[in-house]
Amino acid sequence: MNSTPIAPTLSDRFWRLANPKIFMGWSSKLLPWIAAAALASLCSGLIWGYFFTPDDMRQGSTVKIIYLHVPAALMAINGYLLMFVGALVWLIRRQHVSVLAAKAAAPVGMVMTLIALATGAIWGQPMWGTYWVWDPRLTSFLILFLFYVGYIALWAAIEDEDTAADLTSVLAIVGAVFAMLSRYAVLFWNQGLHQGTTVTMADGAKQDNISDVFFQPLLLSMAGFGLLFLTLLLIGTRTEVRARRLKVLQARERIE
Amino acid sequence: MIQLFLRDIGLSVRSGGGFGLALIFFLIVVTLIPFALGPDQAALAVIAPGVLWLGALLACLLSLDRIFGLDFEDGTLDLLATSPLPLESVYMAKASAHWLTTGLPLSLAAPVLGVLLNLDYETGKILCLSLLLGTPALSLIGAFGASLTLGVKRGGLLLSLLVLPLYVPSLIFGAQAVRLAEQALDYDVALVLLSAISLGAAAILPFASGAALRINLR
Repeated sequence: MNSTPIAPTLSDRFWRLANPKIFMGWSSKLLPWIAAAALASLCSGLIWGYFFTPDDMRQGSTVKIIYLHVPAALMAINGYLLMFVGALVWLIRRQHVSVLAAKAAAPVGMVMTLIALATGAIWGQPMWGTYWVWDPRLTSFLILFLFYVGYIALWAAIEDEDTAADLTSVLAIVGAVFAMLSRYAVLFWNQGLHQGTTVTMADGAKQDNISDVFFQPLLLSMAGFGLLFLTLLLIGTRTEVRARRLKVLQARERIE
Repeated sequence: MIQLFLRDIGLSVRSGGGFGLALIFFLIVVTLIPFALGPDQAALAVIAPGVLWLGALLACLLSLDRIFGLDFEDGTLDLLATSPLPLESVYMAKASAHWLTTGLPLSLAAPVLGVLLNLDYETGKILCLSLLLGTPALSLIGAFGASLTLGVKRGGLLLSLLVLPLYVPSLIFGAQAVRLAEQALDYDVALVLLSAISLGAAAILPFASGAALRINLR
């Protein structure tokens, strides 16, 4: 019989990367490089931002918290996006690595949300005169934080791994829809309360008028946070894969 | 499906602890508010829409784990899963039964309790309307949460943790509609968006919930 193997298509090759064994191979090779790049761009971005940029005319040196705040906020949102994609891939293609990546992304994303909220509060105290305002952006971040907590709690509560993976994936997808909905609902809520607050105007102006002096190191530290997220994600996913292997080994030992 | 719907209503009315309890809880919450915030009539009128919406929402939360919990424990849900009725319809029947036994009475009771909080008659009507439009979403989302936490032992707290963030949009639009009505402003948009959430939940969540039930019964 003629058994010429069918040439793997590009998509086959892509999904092969998600095979746990192959994933462990390429991720172990890639991890040091990504970690080094994260360290380099974080260090240079933050040092450049903190020591080699001028103080803002109105905000003084408090403006420099932007180098932590904005990248953390960016990664907090992207973390949830990643969870959503991971959940979809798991439900459609049953790729274990993808759901483990979503699981690993949750705590990292939650901490990023916390960093964004905390740095925002620290910046807000001298600038707005208060740590917390019920501004749409702040509120939707708090809600995002709650979504992260719910997702992590559901993972922790269910013992069977595959059931937990399925249910948390369903939650992540429904949660993503409702997170978007909350985002816009919150806008509606605040507009109705007090039209065009100075807070949102200041926020918009800050983003529109940012000058290159501040923007270049910001871009660098954004890249740094992205790479840091990727590093933590890979480490987390690798830990989860190893934890699964360990469980299988222990189960096997008990049988023998 | 209709049989199941009627059976659920019958169970919750007769078994005690479900039907009246949510209403009593609602009453107690509303009674406690003036104790916490002082009996100032003007101040109470300002917070009344929010308090009533929040009270109704929390009262709704109380009976959520009963939606599937008891049927899961005694195996009824397994029977339903093997019956020709799809689990999506089981979810819809149970969610609508839950709404009819909690959401509807709560909506009708809210204007009456609004009197206690110095809410005027016209605003009370809008409150009733907004709750009627909004509580279906609360029941639907709650039943979805209940189907997720089905297999979790003592999942009540977890259920609240999962469901409450999902309630945020409904609460915002619902309380906002009443607050706008109180200030004699245009509240149509809020009501329309509120109903949109309820309808959207009815369109999407049956599939998510059916999937979750199937996973839990596996």
